[in-house]
Amino acid sequence: MAEATRYRRRRFRINGWQMFACLFTGLFALVCLYPFLLVISGSFTPKDESIRYGFRLIPHGFTTASYQALFVNGRTIINGYKVTVFVTVVGTALSLGVNSMLGWALSRKVMPARKFFNFYVLFTMLFSGGMVPWYIVCVNYLHLKDTIFALLFPSMVSAWNIFLLRNYFTSVPEEMYESARIDGARDFRIYWNIYLPLSTPVLATVTLFTALGYWNDWWLGLMLIDKSELHPLQLLLRNIISNIQYLQTMEQNPEIQRMMASIPGDGVKMALVIITTGPIILLYPFLQRYFVKGIMVGAVKG
Amino acid sequence: MLAHTKGKTKSRLVRTFSEHWQMLIMALPGVALMFMFSYMPMFGTVIAFKRYKVKQGIFGSAWMKPLFRNFEILFRKNSQAIVAIRNTLFLNFLFIVVGVAFAVFLALMFNEINNRLYKRVTQSLSFLPYFISTVVVGIFATSLMGYESGTINSVISSLGGEKINFYARPGMWPVIMLIVNIWKGAGYSSVVYLAAITGIDASYYEAARIDGATRRDEIRYITLPLLLPTIIVMTLLAIGKIMNADFGLFYNVTADNPNLYPTTDVLDTYIYRTLRQTGDMGISSAVGLFQSTCSLILVLVSNAVARRIDENSALF
Repeated sequence: MAEATRYRRRRFRINGWQMFACLFTGLFALVCLYPFLLVISGSFTPKDESIRYGFRLIPHGFTTASYQALFVNGRTIINGYKVTVFVTVVGTALSLGVNSMLGWALSRKVMPARKFFNFYVLFTMLFSGGMVPWYIVCVNYLHLKDTIFALLFPSMVSAWNIFLLRNYFTSVPEEMYESARIDGARDFRIYWNIYLPLSTPVLATVTLFTALGYWNDWWLGLMLIDKSELHPLQLLLRNIISNIQYLQTMEQNPEIQRMMASIPGDGVKMALVIITTGPIILLYPFLQRYFVKGIMVGAVKG
Repeated sequence: MLAHTKGKTKSRLVRTFSEHWQMLIMALPGVALMFMFSYMPMFGTVIAFKRYKVKQGIFGSAWMKPLFRNFEILFRKNSQAIVAIRNTLFLNFLFIVVGVAFAVFLALMFNEINNRLYKRVTQSLSFLPYFISTVVVGIFATSLMGYESGTINSVISSLGGEKINFYARPGMWPVIMLIVNIWKGAGYSSVVYLAAITGIDASYYEAARIDGATRRDEIRYITLPLLLPTIIVMTLLAIGKIMNADFGLFYNVTADNPNLYPTTDVLDTYIYRTLRQTGDMGISSAVGLFQSTCSLILVLVSNAVARRIDENSALF
């Protein structure tokens, strides 16, 4: 009894150490949040104000000029959105199918040449040919350059996700499989009707990480897409930055200086950040519990 | 006798295939994609030993004479590659040591907080940066450190100080990249440690309390020692990847600024540059092969060590 009250008092009394913990984590959380708020405020800051005062959390003045400037060539942005949404939806669906089917096959004891296929998947985690041969294969052998497939297929299979799914499927009691076989069900049907519905937690996690990967991807576009109609959002963002930088390096040129004055610069970048990252931020509060779960699952074993 | 067993195994094989052909078909798309995007480039590494011509293809191109000529050029005459190797190792080492320490500390701090709502909110915010593309991280960096209107410089000049041109001072960048790296990843990696802390048997703490241990004693003598295997394993797995830098982070946060190459040019950005700018496939794939080979060895060694420490936490 005395022990219990002592324990309770310990728990509810906030001592100096816990104060420090609260302050530290609170501060770190604010540091993590700060750039997001800065960019939101920056996207509404008029250009001359931002040059005079710099970007501040509370903007001097308010304007939607950056957003308007973005939609002057709104076709590009809307097109970028289309590409990104298409790639994210289709890529995630296909990736989930491909990875879970292979993961399921690897989780079955009766799988022919199971050991070989396990190693086949594992080895891609250990060794890679590197960027240059990969590039040559994609461009000269698979002819992916400037096709939408370049944004879909190269990142579709992931050894990590396959093992994550395989481990989850392995944890489902083997009797499920055996009794379904005895009842005459074929493999695909067992996978589809029994295993997938039982695995929603891990599927949710894998889906979210895959979708996030496709949404945030700019690397595949940078390497394999030159055609501007196929540029995803993140690559548009990347291009705007490098164009502005390019102009800035030639600032001595009077012609360029006149152009520099007319492009809104930083504010537009920030507005585009809001537009490209907005969906993630808006969905984040609803999805983050899956993310945490995913990190935990992934942390246990690959 | 022999023929008999042979017939038997054959029929078993046929039976397995006839029963489980669906399984093989299900595995096929994944296996095929892996072949295209992982195995074909692996075979493609032979161009590190070749004088690559697009028209002749990977296998048609002539071999280098002598075979290791590309590597020789790389290590004898190319100081940039050496700088890139040095930067990769140094920066990743920095990221591992400071990053792990910070993530462990953060996890300990999260664990101290009793208010569940506060804990949830701060933790959620702490791994928000993990979900942002590196392009956006690059823009965050310029809006803080830009010369004209970056927040830091505008604060400095409003206080009457001299503005700092961050993008022209390579000496500051190891620290800047370290901060960015921690900012982006610490919240995320602290989850692993927090999970390990939550898994510690509560009876240890009860016993310590009866013996009159303070909270700080508990951390020092129970939590940290029990967390040590996790810390070691996570560090080892990171060491396995020490030759690989996060291309996106370096390319975007430094804005690919040539001023900063002396301290921030890592292998991945160097390979990318040689590929896209000089177009020397032989040299750049030689760097890539060097990098992948080192990685393979490091991963195998660190995984073997990790397995000896804790069988369950080895990668394979």
